[in-house]
Amino acid sequence: MPLFHTEQQAILADTVRPFLAEEAPIRHMRALRDADDRIGFSPQLWRSFGELGLNGILMDESEGGLGLGHVEAGIVLEEIGRNLTPSPFLATAVGAVTALKSGSVSQRETWLPRILNGDAVGTLAVDETVRHRPERITLQADRIGSRFRLVGEKRFVTYGHVADVLIVAARTAGSEDEELGVTLFLVEREAANLTAEADRLTDANLAARLKFDGVELSADAVIGEIDHGFGALSKTLSALCAGVSAEMVGVASGALSMTVGYLNERKQFDRLIGSFQALQHRAAHLYAEMEVARAAVLKAQQLLDSNDQTAEQAVMVAKAMTCMASALAVQEGVQMHGGIGMTDEYDVGFYMKRQRVLAESFGGADYHANRLARLAGY
Amino acid sequence: MSDHETFRQETRAWLETNCPPEMRQPIRSEDELFWGGRRASYISAAQRIWLDRMAEKGWIAPDWPKEYGGAGLSPEETNILQTEMGRLGCRPPLSSFGLATLGPTLLKYGTEEQKREHLPKMLRGEILWCQGYSEPGAGSDLASLATRAEDKGDHFLVNGQKIWTSGADKADWIFCLVRTDTSSKHNGISFLLFDMETPGVSTKLIKLISGYSPFCETFFDNVKVPKKNLVGELNKGWDVAKYLLSHERESISGEGLETGQLSLGEMAKRTIGTEPGGRLDDPVLRARIALFEVRAQAFRAMSERFVDELKHERGHPAQASIMKYFGTELNKQRHELIMDARGMDALEWESERSRGGADARAWLRTKANSIEGGTSEVQLNIIAKRILQLPGA
Repeated sequence: MPLFHTEQQAILADTVRPFLAEEAPIRHMRALRDADDRIGFSPQLWRSFGELGLNGILMDESEGGLGLGHVEAGIVLEEIGRNLTPSPFLATAVGAVTALKSGSVSQRETWLPRILNGDAVGTLAVDETVRHRPERITLQADRIGSRFRLVGEKRFVTYGHVADVLIVAARTAGSEDEELGVTLFLVEREAANLTAEADRLTDANLAARLKFDGVELSADAVIGEIDHGFGALSKTLSALCAGVSAEMVGVASGALSMTVGYLNERKQFDRLIGSFQALQHRAAHLYAEMEVARAAVLKAQQLLDSNDQTAEQAVMVAKAMTCMASALAVQEGVQMHGGIGMTDEYDVGFYMKRQRVLAESFGGADYHANRLARLAGY
Repeated sequence: MSDHETFRQETRAWLETNCPPEMRQPIRSEDELFWGGRRASYISAAQRIWLDRMAEKGWIAPDWPKEYGGAGLSPEETNILQTEMGRLGCRPPLSSFGLATLGPTLLKYGTEEQKREHLPKMLRGEILWCQGYSEPGAGSDLASLATRAEDKGDHFLVNGQKIWTSGADKADWIFCLVRTDTSSKHNGISFLLFDMETPGVSTKLIKLISGYSPFCETFFDNVKVPKKNLVGELNKGWDVAKYLLSHERESISGEGLETGQLSLGEMAKRTIGTEPGGRLDDPVLRARIALFEVRAQAFRAMSERFVDELKHERGHPAQASIMKYFGTELNKQRHELIMDARGMDALEWESERSRGGADARAWLRTKANSIEGGTSEVQLNIIAKRILQLPGA
């Protein structure tokens, strides 16, 4: 498969781009923030996603979905990134839907239709400490007969305070750094003894800290097999990492085009500042970094879609490379704008804040480079 | 079975039968490659057989038209052939700078006579080409070149000097930029081909920091060049030159790809733990290598995308500058890390143990990557102006 978008994929991009640019441009995010909205996204926009069929992008056609893949999900996410659109698309249509692929028929029949029409939000609850360490799961799920009782905490759960369903990685056996003994549970937001506290993050989005204070679940809540949830968790994380990478490409290209626009309009010393070689070279360097990151992301998406055994490695490369390149894009964006880039009124700072949050999500460049090194055997 | 799958299977079978086992061994040094030329000799019978068979098949330049010695393969078929050669570890039958750069240029700009004369010989490695571009006063500002070619009726009379002519001491022919009009900078340049044995051509080796002398100064003293050796129109040689440069960029950018070499990660794996308290037993170095590997693997995806876009005639023409810039900077970084990782061993310059200072000399050689074929700064200028459309100074 050639490493560029097919004609159908280009058509999808041409559909999604104006939709988000019109329905949810940066001022949409700014308005939610300024109104101190406590949901974190527009439920109406989420239903529009459903009407367009976007929420079913990764669902099979037999389940009402579009039967498409991560390349297509990435096209949507790049536009979400470019417009800084607050949306549960990544958490739900990519994260929850991928996790549910390992779920039972009844779990799928319960949740997929509601996700599809933009009624339900689902999200993965995996992080417990200050850094993303999915290989260390300590939230305890004790067996009581055929039931489970969950005790522990999760943090950095995107929209965890309003999600209808949480996918929770818990420990049913083994020690805290063992893969065996991790089980994935579907937990409804309304469950007793579950409390959520939403934190506003740097980028104005909301993420929740969840407290499981003896949340009781039946065996029906288990996704896949008890103790063997790590595989499904890894697949979900790979899908999410590819998705976050695509969103960061969107964030970075939004910042870059805003910056190039500014270089072409701002005058100092009686000339456009974009004519200064010092700035041209930095912009060109940044563009080259971004093109390489973009290629790495597309490669990872294609490999995920073809179930290639090297997909997970390609995802690590994509996430790490995109973290580095997009960090440069947003930092240069602010610097090249000069003083106005420091103001809240101007949008370029939003890109910088969003990039920070996305880079931390599901592990940054250091985390993934380290995994890559381990995988290579050094 | 699709046509492509049939082609893949036939190609694989043909390569398995026809590529001699010696030609499937990893390449340890450039001396093991066949560079061609009148004075060239094969290092083994297998090398010769391999070249003959591939040339016979038209697979030295598989995508060239059949009438000039190619096989007329489609982009997809060419890709399949390259993939299958990689899978079997087949060495390139011919390593030729002319093939990668002058070949496509002649296909686009050459006369029928020029194509028939030069392309088949290029494919057989009979003629080794060198490039007469840079001059002492014309480096990054190449178009300021001053080597003159005067119109003498049936021939041009060439006088002047070139520099950084790779392998000019061994080359049989040169493709050369000359000034045919002094009244216009860019519209006074022509593109000539001539035999290095023509009276008046002389070369002098330049010793580099690596201790090697891959480049020469090349002098022209009343060199007579037949008119039929002009490529493209008179005074329109700059277009030809730029077209060739974009192909040169592509071939140099391949430097960053670690093709046929151990990846840094693999090197690290083999060294870590084998020397307790030694070289790679250092978490900071390990981290730098890991971050480098992210970039190297991402660049591999970029190259794949670049080639795919090129084959399908998509993508921005200035993408080659991104490849050249990123690829060469990456390769320099790779060799810095190799020097760091190999520590004191890498510093030996003459010992047999160090294969005559191979690491150090290779490290020094890579410093030219971001200078030759247009410096990194020139590539950034091209990206800024042609892709980002930033204003001129």
